[in-house]
Amino acid sequence: MSTQTTTARKEKTSDVLAKTVVYLLLIAGGIVMAVPFLWMLSTSLKPEGEVFSYPPQWIPSTIAWENYKLIFTDAHMIRGFFNTMIVVIPTLVIGLLVCALSAYAFAKLRFPGRDKLFMTLVGTMVIPGAVMMIPAFIMFKSFGWTDSWKPLIIPGMFGAPMTIFFLRQFIKQLPDELEDAAKIDGMNPFGIFMKIIIPLTKPAIITQGILSFNAGYNDYLGPLIYLNSPEKYTLQLELASFSSYYVTEWTLIMAGAVVALVPTLILFAFAQRFFIEGIALTGIKG
Amino acid sequence: MNARTKTVKRKSLYRSEMWWGFLFIAPPFIGVLVFLLYPLVNSLYMSLTTFSFGQPAEFTGIENYNRALTNDPLVWKTLWNTFYAALGVPIGMIVALIVAMLLDRKLRGRNFFRMLFFLPTICSMVALAMIWQWIFNADFGLLNYYLSVIGLNPPAWLVDEKWAMIAIIIQGIWGGMGVSIILYLAALGNVPSSLYEAATVDGANGWNKFIHITIPGISPVTFFILITSLIGALQDFPRFQLLTGGGPNYSTTTIVYYLYTVAFEYSEMGYASAIAWFIGVIIMLVILINFLLSKRWVHYN
Repeated sequence: MSTQTTTARKEKTSDVLAKTVVYLLLIAGGIVMAVPFLWMLSTSLKPEGEVFSYPPQWIPSTIAWENYKLIFTDAHMIRGFFNTMIVVIPTLVIGLLVCALSAYAFAKLRFPGRDKLFMTLVGTMVIPGAVMMIPAFIMFKSFGWTDSWKPLIIPGMFGAPMTIFFLRQFIKQLPDELEDAAKIDGMNPFGIFMKIIIPLTKPAIITQGILSFNAGYNDYLGPLIYLNSPEKYTLQLELASFSSYYVTEWTLIMAGAVVALVPTLILFAFAQRFFIEGIALTGIKG
Repeated sequence: MNARTKTVKRKSLYRSEMWWGFLFIAPPFIGVLVFLLYPLVNSLYMSLTTFSFGQPAEFTGIENYNRALTNDPLVWKTLWNTFYAALGVPIGMIVALIVAMLLDRKLRGRNFFRMLFFLPTICSMVALAMIWQWIFNADFGLLNYYLSVIGLNPPAWLVDEKWAMIAIIIQGIWGGMGVSIILYLAALGNVPSSLYEAATVDGANGWNKFIHITIPGISPVTFFILITSLIGALQDFPRFQLLTGGGPNYSTTTIVYYLYTVAFEYSEMGYASAIAWFIGVIIMLVILINFLLSKRWVHYN
């Protein structure tokens, strides 16, 4: 009996030890992850003179809210934000609807060549974006679309293979019974889509919506290639040009970074589950 | 007769369903045709010309390819830089697996840690680049302060030709682990616990279980992460542009960054198209090699 309790106790101590080591490692890793964000916040709230103090000061002596005031008056953050919304929202709404419609067709409707067509569409994902950058620019320039939001808005309205793939997986596992009942009632596929498929597919659509909203909000390369006039800049482009303009005024640059990250952080706080599920299912972040 | 009307009805239903189907899938196919295939074919032709805006294009055959492969040292330098930067992929995967294994247990604060490691994944690269420029700052940066506190003589990171790429790799690992951790966590949960129990009965220790059960069990996910991350890494460049502007002395210019420069700063669209196809072929080769090698180490079920 006594040997049994000793081994049990031994296991328990080794368990506690293992758990402590795990915690220590996680805390160390967590600090590495958090410090850049905390340092950004700390710097953004410092009066100008304290930025270069040595050793670095984590808590500013006085909170310099004027940094934030300055970036809203000096840089066009609000204009950039609204420009971003103009670019992101139409693409998001129409693109998602288009993707869901074709995902439904690929998952449930019967038509010749359906699966081959689906594979073809998915197959186009292997074409590297780097190869497309220049010919797409040349084409949009020939349309007269450069220095406008059109190249950033319109292609996305035709849907994205990745999103279609994801939604098709989801719709495919929905039961057929409701659909069959609606078919007998004489509802056409579009009616079935709107009244039955969309409500049942909501979680998947929200997941994709959040991921593509965030990807669109963060997009830097597209606006960089296509936009020239500052009044059309999206928030990310505004931020980049503003940081190269302020060079070493770290308090203002960090305040700008905070402002740009806040919408993402709010979205993440409310929709963490969708972000993580979406990524766990597709492995792609947007 | 009843059966016959039934088949007729079904057939017409099928036929109308067919047209609905084609209608629903039309937009993405139009999109692919207009925004993908047409420019793609056009770019193949463009790569054989001296196309540049405002000037008549001259057909020069494979001259652009010739120039890229034999007469432009920057193509090879930036390609080398790209592969160097891609070292961050395997290193990041190892770190991500370690973190995932730490998180793969009942743990208070598990969600909090998972969120923390995931957070940079969804943040704007522009903002992250600004933060890291400040952290890597040679004179007043946080990193160099703490390194000098522990007695090291830290480099100037982003402005030092030898260290700039290492700094970017570090930033990339910090910012890119989130997706891999989520995928590894899911994969670790899917390795059947009966395998571990059987191994325990056979007296296997933790390391043996890790090598013989965990690693093969998660190998399909490892392969997936490797392929998607490599494709991303071989085309990465906004990070480089934002952190260092490609410098010092092209030490952090990746090949896609160079392609961007040739196209949009020198506006040599024909030559840039040839470089783009060269990159495309290299990416395809890397994927192909990985698929061939994967037969040796990826175990499905």
